[in-house]
Amino acid sequence: MLESLAVFPPLVAAAIVGLFGRRSLGDRASQLITCGGVLLSAAVAIWLFITVALGHQPHTIHLAHWFGSGTLQVDWALRLDTLSVVMISVVTIVSSMVHVYSVGYMSHDRDIPRFMAYLSLFTFMMLALVTADNFVQMFFGWEGVGLASYLLIGFWYEKPSASSAAIKAFVVNRVGDFGFSLGIMAVYFIFDSVQFDPVFAAAASKVGMHFNFLGHQADALATCCLLLFVGAMGKSAQLGLHTWLPDAMEGPTPVSALIHAATMVTAGVFMLARCSPLFEQSPLALEVVTIVGALTAFVAATIGLTQFDIKRVIAYSTMSQLGYMFFAIGVSAYSAAIFHLMTHAFFKALLFLGAGSVIHALSGEQDMRKMGGLARVIPKTTGLMWVGSLALAGIGIPGVFGFAGFYSKDMILEAAYQGGGVGQFAYWLGIVAALFTAFYSWRLIIMTFYGAPRADHHTMDHAHESPPVMLLPLTVLAAGALVAGYFGYDWFVGESRAEFWGASIFVAPGHDTIEAAHHGPEWVGILPLVVGLLGIFLAYIFYIRRPSWPKAWAQSFGGIYHLVFHKYYFDELYDAIFVRPAFWLGRFFWQRGDMGTIDAFGPDGIASVTRTTAAGFSRLETGYIFHYAMAMLVGVLVIVTFYLLLGGV
Amino acid sequence: MIETLAFYLFSAILVASAVMVVTSRNPVHSVLFLILAFFNAAALFILLGAEFVAMILVIVYVGAVAVLFLFVVMMLDINFRELRQGINTYLPFGIFVGVVLFIELAFLVFQNWVVPAGAGQSIAAPTPALDHASNTRALGQLIYTHYLYVFQVAGLILLVAMIGAIVLTLRHRTGVERQNIRQQVGRKRGDVLSIKSVTTGAGAPVQ
Amino acid sequence: MIGIWNYLLVGALVFVIGVLGIFVNRKNVIIILMSIELILLSVSINFVAFSAYLGDLFGQVFVMFVLTVAAAESAIGLAILMVYFRNRGSIAVEDINTMKG
Repeated sequence: MLESLAVFPPLVAAAIVGLFGRRSLGDRASQLITCGGVLLSAAVAIWLFITVALGHQPHTIHLAHWFGSGTLQVDWALRLDTLSVVMISVVTIVSSMVHVYSVGYMSHDRDIPRFMAYLSLFTFMMLALVTADNFVQMFFGWEGVGLASYLLIGFWYEKPSASSAAIKAFVVNRVGDFGFSLGIMAVYFIFDSVQFDPVFAAAASKVGMHFNFLGHQADALATCCLLLFVGAMGKSAQLGLHTWLPDAMEGPTPVSALIHAATMVTAGVFMLARCSPLFEQSPLALEVVTIVGALTAFVAATIGLTQFDIKRVIAYSTMSQLGYMFFAIGVSAYSAAIFHLMTHAFFKALLFLGAGSVIHALSGEQDMRKMGGLARVIPKTTGLMWVGSLALAGIGIPGVFGFAGFYSKDMILEAAYQGGGVGQFAYWLGIVAALFTAFYSWRLIIMTFYGAPRADHHTMDHAHESPPVMLLPLTVLAAGALVAGYFGYDWFVGESRAEFWGASIFVAPGHDTIEAAHHGPEWVGILPLVVGLLGIFLAYIFYIRRPSWPKAWAQSFGGIYHLVFHKYYFDELYDAIFVRPAFWLGRFFWQRGDMGTIDAFGPDGIASVTRTTAAGFSRLETGYIFHYAMAMLVGVLVIVTFYLLLGGV
Repeated sequence: MIETLAFYLFSAILVASAVMVVTSRNPVHSVLFLILAFFNAAALFILLGAEFVAMILVIVYVGAVAVLFLFVVMMLDINFRELRQGINTYLPFGIFVGVVLFIELAFLVFQNWVVPAGAGQSIAAPTPALDHASNTRALGQLIYTHYLYVFQVAGLILLVAMIGAIVLTLRHRTGVERQNIRQQVGRKRGDVLSIKSVTTGAGAPVQ
Repeated sequence: MIGIWNYLLVGALVFVIGVLGIFVNRKNVIIILMSIELILLSVSINFVAFSAYLGDLFGQVFVMFVLTVAAAESAIGLAILMVYFRNRGSIAVEDINTMKG
């Protein structure tokens, strides 16, 4: 089965390198095995894309039965339809580029086999997620990527901040996962099955089904979809469960590129797209998705304006773009969301890896206030970052050519405009976010690469271009960022989209915003471009022409600036509401409950009762013989009296 | 009549002196009262016609055991004034327990004592009539024939007791010069004496 | 007349006094040993009484052995007491509590 070669090589590579890498294989062999595994997967993925998506042959390969109990039957399977092969291609290509990049970036690390094994493990889990044909296998992959994310964020586990960031990511994801598992249970409750095909086929018939919750009637499908969305919120860092994403930058840069830009965070988008038959039947859920997505896009963009850590800026940019994808889903433009997912994977990974190159060049410096003037020193990296930023900002010439983001982002905004009241809300927030996106992207470029160097002489002297093993993946990704939009437009959101997607995405009649977008007003599509160019221009003004303005504006908007700079105090809020009470509760149960009650009545209690009883009994041992004799005599008398009175034998 | 009187007299003195043994302040007095109790018990035995046992009681108990008690009491140098004379808190309880004990024993005596009909046949050693043998002779005939082994064992018990008493109280004093006869007798001339030739007037080194 | 029960009662009385003597005294340990002698005496009275009234000479034989044992036991007991006194210097009953738990 050739198809399984798209999914399993990374697992095998991870197992081999993970178990034997440190002792037997060594660094070079570990790198070769893992890169080979994932490159093999990428090659097969491209073949699958050609045969399944372009050749319109969706099929499902049943691998093994996992468990079953009554109507709950769960299998291991590879579901290959357009949606999953698109995801497989994206995941494997980006992952293979990241693997190759890591060979160079992590070359001085002492734990290379562990890193490469974790990367491959993550890749396998993500692939298991996207090829699932039932909710439980998807959940397996979901949890697996969460695990791999924890392992990779906390890769340098001796650093306390990395370790805490890993725990934070896992715990916040857990909240989302809880919602997701409740959602799966809701699906089973409603549909009596967790396999996708039966569930999606029966979705339309369950509209209007109600269930009783705490005394009042709630719509079953809406609840189910909202619970699933909570899971997506956690995994894709939407507003509310987003606090882990900036801290996840503690991990090595390739990790940020792979997991927190291209693949894991997009799992939520994928899941919602996969469940399009369900969501389409619940307008309430779609509205909620739209609003949350729009707010996320906007809020993240505002925070990105103020941050100084180069990776954090890109992280907030990711969060913002994820918001775009979600509100695209909210207006039923699933294919636009996946289209943007694909283009975003390329240019965001490019941006992260490029930032990694910059950090590598500056021997570990990540604060943009200490960068500057690098364009002369690392021109190739500069050029690649330009490509990525242009793709992100969605720059292009309408009708002729555009960078990847130009096509996908515009499509989303146009579809949103057609999406009714909430859609309009999303559209305008998206426009403002696009302005900010362009602004902070060029803020990043200018602060990093242009102007007078603010790093010290020593660092600047050591600054050097990255080796080819790191530049090659960047180039591949840049190629994607350049042409993926142009070439993919037709299949993903253009004329051939119905044929391309087939049955993998379902859009209810009356919801087809993409169709409406193609016939919408012209200015709706031009405005994002205008706004993007305006953002670039403003960045130029603020950071090259009038360098004193950023500080002046920050001071004059003092209160707002501080609010945004501190990420709207979400972390502090959560700390006060959840973390501190959780610790208090834990401590209470530990000291009063475990130590105080269970130990006191159990081991300690029994021990002390034993001790006091023994002490009491030892007082009988007076040491005086006549006491003992008296006791004996009294005992004898008692027995004799007893027998005499009873007339016993 | 005489018998009754004698019995009550001897028993009364016996009980009284037993009480005095226990309650006397001076341990020497206690021992003396013990001796008196033994004498009265011997008298009771004679009343019962067991004169050999009565005499043995006097010889052994009084002559040996009580005297031994006296020895020890005198030897132990007990300071009478220091003997604690506090209120005995156990006395009431003790007396109560004693009374109960006595009542039960009496109860046994009066209520449950049944001599079975065939007891006469199962007597182990019937007392011969007085014209056949006196008490002493009868006892002797019994002990040295039927109960010989038990008698020997009794002797062994006494032997063990004697050795035990010696072992317990023996003290080795250090630094006491003792004679070791075997060593003395076994000494040879060569061990003790050595002859050295010395020229006249030169002297001999002390060794 | 004097029946067996007279003698038995006398024996019981001496027995009780002996038992009381063991733990009612607070003076010294020699009283305990003497009380034991009293107990053995009462047992002897019992035996001889039965021997006389049942016509069985074995009771008196047994009294001989009781005597033997009593003598042996008091010898050993006094020897122990002596050694104890040598080591401790006191034979007051209240001071003998080294087995106190």
